[in-house]
Amino acid sequence: MENFTPVSAIVGGLLIGTAAAVLLWLNGRIAGISGIVTGAVERGGEPRGWRWMFLAGLIGGGVVALLLGDQPLAGITGMSGPMVILAGLLVGFGTRLGSGCTSGHGICGLARLSPRSLAATGVFMLMGAVTVYVVRHVVGG
Amino acid sequence: MNASTLRLLAALIAGVLFGVGLVISQMTSPTKVLAFLDVAGNWDPSLALVMAAALLVTFPAFRLILGRAQPLLDERFHLPASRSIDLRLLIGAAIFGIGWGLAGFCPGPAVAALGAGQADPWLFAFGLLLGSWVAGRLPS
Repeated sequence: MENFTPVSAIVGGLLIGTAAAVLLWLNGRIAGISGIVTGAVERGGEPRGWRWMFLAGLIGGGVVALLLGDQPLAGITGMSGPMVILAGLLVGFGTRLGSGCTSGHGICGLARLSPRSLAATGVFMLMGAVTVYVVRHVVGG
Repeated sequence: MNASTLRLLAALIAGVLFGVGLVISQMTSPTKVLAFLDVAGNWDPSLALVMAAALLVTFPAFRLILGRAQPLLDERFHLPASRSIDLRLLIGAAIFGIGWGLAGFCPGPAVAALGAGQADPWLFAFGLLLGSWVAGRLPS
């Protein structure tokens, strides 16, 4: 566990939780990133402006924090381009079908004690761990 | 400023806080995320602590906020209506988990890393939009 970074994890987590609380308190919206992305690009009855503003803040805040901090591994998977696209496809398909991702289910849904979010979070955590196990210790081991 | 302009500003501020939080906690580094999922390897529990710290805020805050009649800048709360745990939810979460475990990106960190000067977040976002588009065309 020599890579464990408890202080930055807690500080970052508190900021993420604050962001979700601000969005619900002011706008009455759930900070679920997969849903915000989908809602921003697809035409429907729902308003899209706030979604684009949130995403602009997400990208802009990320850029500033990355410039100020020293994070040489940010944004690097170490995988081939087609594999990264495949991973994106699975995540996009799965989060749409399952109505949420780590933020919507894991941070907002669990806070509301939603049984759906609890089930979804358990399943994607488990499948993520199984996938890493297979890739690193079965195929790669 | 009217309420709709203020809503845009609020969303921007929430996005900035979210993005800064993801970078500070290093969730924008796929190796960090994969080290959490690698329970049989050199396990790094950081991601669990990120979620716990976020929940430490959202758990009490959501309770207080949802106890109010409406949000400050809108007429009502926009919450998911679905309540039942169905096959769609479970299969979707499983497929998401597989993709997450492959690259170490989930939607938030990938978007927050778009300005990192790397190709991977953009490739991932391309796949994400395509996969979501396909899922949106499935019969409900």
